Amino acid sequence: MLMIDCPWCGNRDESEFMYGGEGNIVRPQDPESISDDSWSDYLFMRKNTKGLYMEQWLHSYGCRRWFLAERETVSYEILNTHKIGEINPESKS
Amino acid sequence: MRGAYRLNSGGRLDRDRPLEFTFNGRIYSGYVGDTLASALLANGVRLVGRSFKYHRPRGIVGSGSEEPNALVQLGKNPRTSPNQIATQIELYDGLSASSVNCWPSVKFDIRSLTGMFSSLLPPGFYYKTFMWPRFLWGLYELILRRSGGYGVAPDMKDPDRYDKINAHCDVLIVGSGPAGLSAAVEAGRTGARVILVDEQAEFGGSILNANENYHKSHGMNWVSSILDELKLMPEVTLLPRSTAFGYYDHNFVGVLERVTDHSSISDGLSPRQRIWRVRAKEVVLATGSIERPLVFQNNDRPGVMLASSVSAYINRYAVKLGSSAVVFTNNDSAYSSVLDLLSSGVDVAGVIDPRPKPNGTLPNIVRSHGVPIFDSSVIVDVKGSKNIRAVELMNIDYDSKKIYGKSHKLRCDLVAVSGGWNPTVHLHSQSGGTLRYDVSKSCFVPGINSQNEQSVGSCNGTFDLKECIDDGIKAGSRAAYATGFGVGEWSENTACTDFQTEDPLCPMWKVPSSGNESKWTKQFVDFQTDTSSSDIYIAAREGYESIQHVKRYTTLGMGNDQGKLGNINGIGILADALGQDISDIGTTTFRPNYTPISYGALAGPDKGILFDPVRKTAIHEWHEAAGAKFENVGQWKRPWFYPRGREFMEEAVERECLAVRESVGVLDASTLGKIDIKGPNATDFLERVYTNSWRKLQVGQCRYGLMLGEDGMVMDDGVTAKLEDDHYLMHTTSSGAGNVMNWLELWLQTEWPDLNVYLTSVTDQWATIQINGPNSRNLLSKICEGIDLTNDAFPYMAVRRGVVAGVQARIFRVSFVGELSYEINVNADYGLHLWESVIGAGKNYGITPFGTEAMHLLRAEKGYVIVGQDTDGSMTPSDLGMNWIITKRKDDFLGKRSLSREDSIRTDRKQLVGLITEDPSTVIPEGSQVISSSSGSVPVPMLGHITSSYMSPTLGHSIALGFVEGGHSKLGEKVYVSINDSKVISAFISNPVFYDPQGKRQDV
Ligand SMILES: [Zn+2]
Repeated sequence: MLMIDCPWCGNRDESEFMYGGEGNIVRPQDPESISDDSWSDYLFMRKNTKGLYMEQWLHSYGCRRWFLAERETVSYEILNTHKIGEINPESKS
Repeated sequence: MRGAYRLNSGGRLDRDRPLEFTFNGRIYSGYVGDTLASALLANGVRLVGRSFKYHRPRGIVGSGSEEPNALVQLGKNPRTSPNQIATQIELYDGLSASSVNCWPSVKFDIRSLTGMFSSLLPPGFYYKTFMWPRFLWGLYELILRRSGGYGVAPDMKDPDRYDKINAHCDVLIVGSGPAGLSAAVEAGRTGARVILVDEQAEFGGSILNANENYHKSHGMNWVSSILDELKLMPEVTLLPRSTAFGYYDHNFVGVLERVTDHSSISDGLSPRQRIWRVRAKEVVLATGSIERPLVFQNNDRPGVMLASSVSAYINRYAVKLGSSAVVFTNNDSAYSSVLDLLSSGVDVAGVIDPRPKPNGTLPNIVRSHGVPIFDSSVIVDVKGSKNIRAVELMNIDYDSKKIYGKSHKLRCDLVAVSGGWNPTVHLHSQSGGTLRYDVSKSCFVPGINSQNEQSVGSCNGTFDLKECIDDGIKAGSRAAYATGFGVGEWSENTACTDFQTEDPLCPMWKVPSSGNESKWTKQFVDFQTDTSSSDIYIAAREGYESIQHVKRYTTLGMGNDQGKLGNINGIGILADALGQDISDIGTTTFRPNYTPISYGALAGPDKGILFDPVRKTAIHEWHEAAGAKFENVGQWKRPWFYPRGREFMEEAVERECLAVRESVGVLDASTLGKIDIKGPNATDFLERVYTNSWRKLQVGQCRYGLMLGEDGMVMDDGVTAKLEDDHYLMHTTSSGAGNVMNWLELWLQTEWPDLNVYLTSVTDQWATIQINGPNSRNLLSKICEGIDLTNDAFPYMAVRRGVVAGVQARIFRVSFVGELSYEINVNADYGLHLWESVIGAGKNYGITPFGTEAMHLLRAEKGYVIVGQDTDGSMTPSDLGMNWIITKRKDDFLGKRSLSREDSIRTDRKQLVGLITEDPSTVIPEGSQVISSSSGSVPVPMLGHITSSYMSPTLGHSIALGFVEGGHSKLGEKVYVSINDSKVISAFISNPVFYDPQGKRQDV
C-alpha cells in the first residue's frame, strides 16, 4: 500500500485516495477544429510509461482535492506531488 | 506422566504445568513450553504424515516455519484448521490434532502403493496426462482429488473474532535473535518508536535452540537482560507470536499476531488473531536463516532431521531423539549438534563429512570426545522405512565430486543433516530488493535495496555470532538516526563470544549418483511436493531452462511451505543439469505470505454487517414497520415493494402501479443524488457539463439534463433546479451520485480553475418524498401553506419554496412516472414527520406507498431509461432518441466533439426502441438477445438486446425496452427474441413511449 503525500494534507495511506490515471493532459482548446485522430489521441491514448509517470489522484476520503503525483512505475516510489497548476501541463494538441 | 523420550532436566519447559493432548485419536502428555512437534517427539511419535504424491511415511524434519512434513488438522469444527505446522503450534491442554494426507491411517496408507509405481508419475505428469483424450479428464480428476489434498476446511461459521490494527513506527525490527535484539535495544535507546516482532512465543531466535555461552553465561541470560531493558522503554512495542508475513510498498509490512491460539481457554475479550498493518520509516530485517538439508537416497525417512532442529529439540525442548545418531554435514556448524546429542545421552556413531580432514574448532572438539569422523564420505542410502536401521556410506572425491569404493553400513536410528544455510531473504525480496549469489558462502544473500530496509545477521549471510551482534547494533543505530533519533554512534558489543575457526563449506546440492541422474531416485529435494532430484534432471533434459518453468513442471516449491527447505538445492541441481552457474539460474519469486494466514485474520472485523456501510433513509423505520421488502441500490436500502397480507410481488407491484395511475402513490426518493451548486459562474459550469442550454432558465424553473463522458456516451441524467441566479440544485441518479461529484470536481479543479463555483453534496441533508398521481395536488393542498398550487402559478418543471406539514420545504414539480407529481424536499430530520403527514392526509385518496419496482415499471411505460440499467456506457444521446436535448448553439460541452466521431454517427448503431410481444401475455426475460429471424442456422446474427421488461398493469400487455441495430428506422418491424435453441418470442418494434405519449397527464 502506497504512502501518498497529499500536497494539501500531507502523508496519508493509499486507501484514502482514488486513482485518476495519467495527469496533466490538457483538453484541446477548440475541439471542433481538430481531426478525429487528434481528438481520439486526447480521449484514449495514455503513455503508460515504464519509469517516471505523471498521474492524477483524488484525496477522496480527505480534502477532496485532485493533485498530481510523479510516480516511478517500476519501484512505485512517489518522487513528488504537486497542487494543480503548480507545474505546467503538456499540451496534447 | 512425562513422555518416554523426555530428558530428566533442561529445556525451556514449565515442568510444573503438564498438558494433555490428542494426536490421531491417542492421548499424550507434554508441558507448557512444548510445541506439538516437540511433544510428539518426546512421546516417541516419529511418523506424522504421508507424502503428497507417493504417500511415503514422513516424520518431523525441522523445528520452525520451514517444516514441510508435519502438517496437521488442528481442532474440531467449527474451529478446525487444516495444514497447521506442528512445529509452530504451541501445546495447550486439550489440543486435538490429526495427520493430513493419509487414509485409512498414518501407519497403513493404501496409497503408499503408488510409491511402487512412482516411475509412472514423472514430472509434468499432469500436463502430459491431461493433453488427451479429453473425455477422461473427469475420471483423472476424481482419482487425483481423492488421493491428493491437505486436510479439510471447516464447514461451519467461524465463532472467533479477528482484529486489525494500524501502527506507525520509526523502526520495525523483524526477528529477535542476536542481531534483531541488538538492533532493537540500540534503536530503542535513542527514543525512537520501535516495534519488535518475532514469530516465536519467546524472544531469542536461534539462541533459544542453542547451548551457547555469551560472555561466560548462557545466551538466554543475555536475552533476558536485553528484554528487561526493552520493556522499560515507553516507545518500544514487543510482539511475540507475530509473523511479518508480507513486505509491501512504501515500507508497509503485514504482521499476523496469534493472540490466543496458544491457549485452550479464551478470555472472551481478546481476538483470536490480529493483523498489524505496520507503516515503518525504517525496517531492520533480522529474520535469520534456514538450514539446508542434504539430498541423498531415502533422505525423507522419519528420523532424518535438520542438525539445527536436532539441537533445538535437545536444548529447548529436552527431547531424547534416539539412541544412536549419525551426523551428515558439509560444514562445521552441525558439529555443535554432535555435542548436543552427546549431552542428551545419545550415542553418536559418526560424523560423515565430504570434506577431507575437517580441522575447525568444533570438529576438533568433537574428535576429542572420541566420536569417529568419516571424512571424504557421503551417505548413499538410508535403510529402514518407518524407522531408520542404518545408513550406507561411500567415499567421495572432493574435487571431481564422484563417489567411489565400497559402501559400508553404520547402525543408527537418527540422522542429523546439514547442507549449509539459506539466509531467510523472503521479506527483503518481497520489498523489491535484489539477491546475489555469494560463492564463498554458497547461498543467496541480499543485494541492492529498494526500500528503507536493511538485512542484518544470518539473513544477510553473516553466520558468525560476534559479527551478527556487531551488525545488529550498527543497524539499530543507523535506522534510528535515519528517522531523526540518536547521534549516529553506536555502543560496543559486550555480548561477544569466543572466536572460532571454521573450514569452508563444501557445496553439495545433492549426493552424486553412481549412474544416470535422470533415472528415478528417492533423493527428495522438496518433501512436501515429493519432487526428487531426478525430476529436475528430467525437466532439464526435456528442455526446461528457466527455474520458473522448472518449478511449475516439477512442482518444486509449490507446497504451502513454498520450498523453504528445498528450493535452493533444486536451483543448484538445475545449475548442474544445465552446466550453468547457480547465479545465472537465480531464484523463483518470493511472494507473500511468508507462512499461511487464515482467511479469518485477513477479513478481520470486516464481515457481516460491517463488511460495507449500509445507508438508510430518514424514513427507513416506517418502511420496515410497513413490511416493505428492500432492494440494495449501491449502499442504499430502498423499499422494493410493500406486500399486503399474502400478496406476491407481482400482485403488490400491480396494485401500487394502478394506485399511482388512478389516485395517488407516494415514493421515498431520498436516495436521489443531490449536489448544491453555488457561485457567480454556476450557469457557465452547467453549460459545460450538460448537453443543453441553461442560459435562459429562470429562477424557479427546472430542467432535465443529460451528462456525457468525454467519449460522448451517456453518463448520468437528472433534473436541475435554479434556486437563485447563482444557486442551483442538481439531481443525479441514486447510484451515480458519488461518481458524478468526483467527475465535476475533476473538471473544476484541473481544467476550469477560473470558474468561481462551489459544489457540495447534500444527498443526506434532504429527505425527498414524491407524491404521484391525479390526486397529488388535492393531497398536497391539504398540508401545504404559502404556495399557489394551480397549474398556472406552479406549472410543470417549476420549483417553489413553502411550508409543508409545518416544515420549510422545496417542492419540485417533476415526474418520472408521467403523472401529476410533486417532489417535496425537507431537512432530513423532518423526513419521517413529513412522510407520516402525507400518509395521513392521503387516507381519503387511498394513498399507496410504492417501491422501486413499481417506479421502474411506471417509468418504463413512459419510455424513460434508467442510466446504468438500460444504458451501459456505450450509448450516445442519439442512440436514446434524445437528439432534442443537444443544443446546436453551444460551441462546446463535455463529450460534444465525440458525437461527430465516425463511430458515433453510424446509422446501424444500436438504438433505443420499445418492443411489444405478439402474445400480449408473454414477458420477455431481461437481457435476452434480439434476432431477425426465427429460423436459420446457428449462430444467428444478433440485432440487439432487451434492457427492461414488464407486464404493464395499466396497458394490459407486456412491454419491453431494448437496443436494436438501426432500431429507429425499424418501427413496426417484426423481430424475434431468442430464449434458447428451440424457443423464440416474436415481437414488434415500437416507439419506446407506451403510455401517454403527448405527456398530458403530468401537465395538468
Ligand atoms: Zn488532502
